[in-house]
Amino acid sequence: MSLLEVRNLTTAFQTGRGEITAVEDVSFDLNEGEILGIVGESGSGKSVTALTIMGLLPRPPARVAGGSVHFAGENLTNLSDSRMQHIRGPGIAMVFQEPMTSLNPVFTIGDQIMETIAAHERLPQRALFARAVEMLEKVGIASAATRMADYPHQLSGGQRQRVMLAIALVCRPKLLIADEPTTALDVTIQAQILDLLLDLRDEFGMAIMLITHNMGVIAETADRVIVMYAGRIVEEAPVATLFDQPRHPYTRGLLECVPSLTTERDRLIAIPGTLPEPIRRPPGCRFAPRCRFAEPDCAAGIPPLTRLAPGHNAACIHMPEP
Amino acid sequence: MAPEDIRQSPLKLTLRRLLHHRLFLLGLGLVSIVAIAALLAPWIAPVDPNKLAMRFKFRPPDGDFVFGTDNFGRSLWSRVIWGARLSMFIGSAVVLINAVCGTAIGAAAGYFRRLDNILMRFNDALMAFPAVLLAIGVTAVLGPSVNDVIIALGIVYTPRTARIVRSSVIVLREMEYVQAAVAAGAGHWRILRRHILPNAMAPLIVQLSFLFAYAVLTEATLSFLGVGAVPPTPTWGNIMAEGRQYMIDAPWIIAIPGIALMITVLGLNLLGDGLRDVLDPRLRIQS
Repeated sequence: MSLLEVRNLTTAFQTGRGEITAVEDVSFDLNEGEILGIVGESGSGKSVTALTIMGLLPRPPARVAGGSVHFAGENLTNLSDSRMQHIRGPGIAMVFQEPMTSLNPVFTIGDQIMETIAAHERLPQRALFARAVEMLEKVGIASAATRMADYPHQLSGGQRQRVMLAIALVCRPKLLIADEPTTALDVTIQAQILDLLLDLRDEFGMAIMLITHNMGVIAETADRVIVMYAGRIVEEAPVATLFDQPRHPYTRGLLECVPSLTTERDRLIAIPGTLPEPIRRPPGCRFAPRCRFAEPDCAAGIPPLTRLAPGHNAACIHMPEP
Repeated sequence: MAPEDIRQSPLKLTLRRLLHHRLFLLGLGLVSIVAIAALLAPWIAPVDPNKLAMRFKFRPPDGDFVFGTDNFGRSLWSRVIWGARLSMFIGSAVVLINAVCGTAIGAAAGYFRRLDNILMRFNDALMAFPAVLLAIGVTAVLGPSVNDVIIALGIVYTPRTARIVRSSVIVLREMEYVQAAVAAGAGHWRILRRHILPNAMAPLIVQLSFLFAYAVLTEATLSFLGVGAVPPTPTWGNIMAEGRQYMIDAPWIIAIPGIALMITVLGLNLLGDGLRDVLDPRLRIQS
């Protein structure tokens, strides 16, 4: 049994123009210690998938319209609020994109880390303090004991993201969901934070779900990758396979958009068009209108995820050879 | 470093800013004069404010009677000082009621959106009445004593405080650090107590300082109209109401409590302006 089993998950939002599905029929597994990358453009459903797993979407307007999320054997989609509170933190923790605004400005970072421990464990103040300092050291904050008294505005973006990681990891979660954890940071800091994630994975043995739109981040960190487009999984593969033999035209398009230092190329090949609006999705394959391999039969029906090799699935009826 | 040492708060910074704000200091000075007079009333005004002495009636301010005497020969100095005590007590009590009830109602409405409509429509209904009229209505039901005036003013002004807290809470509940706290497994109570309310304090404190002034002013109005604390209770409003008919011959009777009221309200408003300048970041940028 995997740590996280997502089966046919569908998340819908009630809007003024009718119900739209932000995530549709998404299934995947995540094992202990594994890093799963989820890539896709803005609006492809990556974050909604993560927030559905965490139970952080406001209901209404959001609702889980179908499928299930099993975490360590428990179905999260119909769990009570109080039980879910116990899972958030020690079970699943999350790091957000914006380190600048994810910390409470009126408390010291030490307070905020200790606060998180105190939400789940009864410990004397001294033990809380020691645990927080230890965690700050683990995420690479120098002279941690002194920095405990710092307010968020006294820290740089990279340091704040480290603090966010400390807050997320201080309860030793089994699964860490990182939603674009490096998007708001400088490139050099990005690399440091990704290295840190890998180190922490090795130390704590937790699984990581890494959401990003950056193929470079995926290549450096993920073991396995899911590519999402317009709410559905279009390709799933181990990271090496995905980069060597991408089969879905969308994945190939994404990879062609990445600038390369080794091959000479005048211009990057952009994917024409934009992501379809959820209420105006084309019939059949949702990528067909932007696909250069599209044929008339692509509009016939939503292509199913087809197994190409162990662990490698793609949802395309033509599957042009690379 | 010991855990006790890490709670060095942004309070110092705020205090330093306040100490450089001239008008705030002036306001603080004026309010302090009234507050100290109120606190020290039994010592600086030992004469019973209700002690009648007909042979001394209508004495203008002089060496014997600093503020003069009224139509019954009562020492105005004593009456005004003891009036300050009442005004300060009523103002503080109203502010306290407001801080507690307004925060509770506002936080509930802003955080639990399902309660929002019920609480806020009721709030709107109360706010639709002019403050003085509503206060008169409530004291008419409760009766004319100091405690009833406090309850009345609490009812009148709580909706305003609740509204301000609610609007802060609505903004704060969508902040990313709140979502991050939910993601870390914090419950509603913890989120409200630790993440939302501390951040909603600044506009609340500013509001409460102005509210103190309103409460003092409205209490005086109620007394003056004869629906506040019953005479001979030495409230500023009562003194002015009694002095009204002798305004030509003995103007000090109405002028002195009037000036005391003005100093108090002006001081509190300057205090509130200063707090707003320092605590409200949107306005701070402009100044």
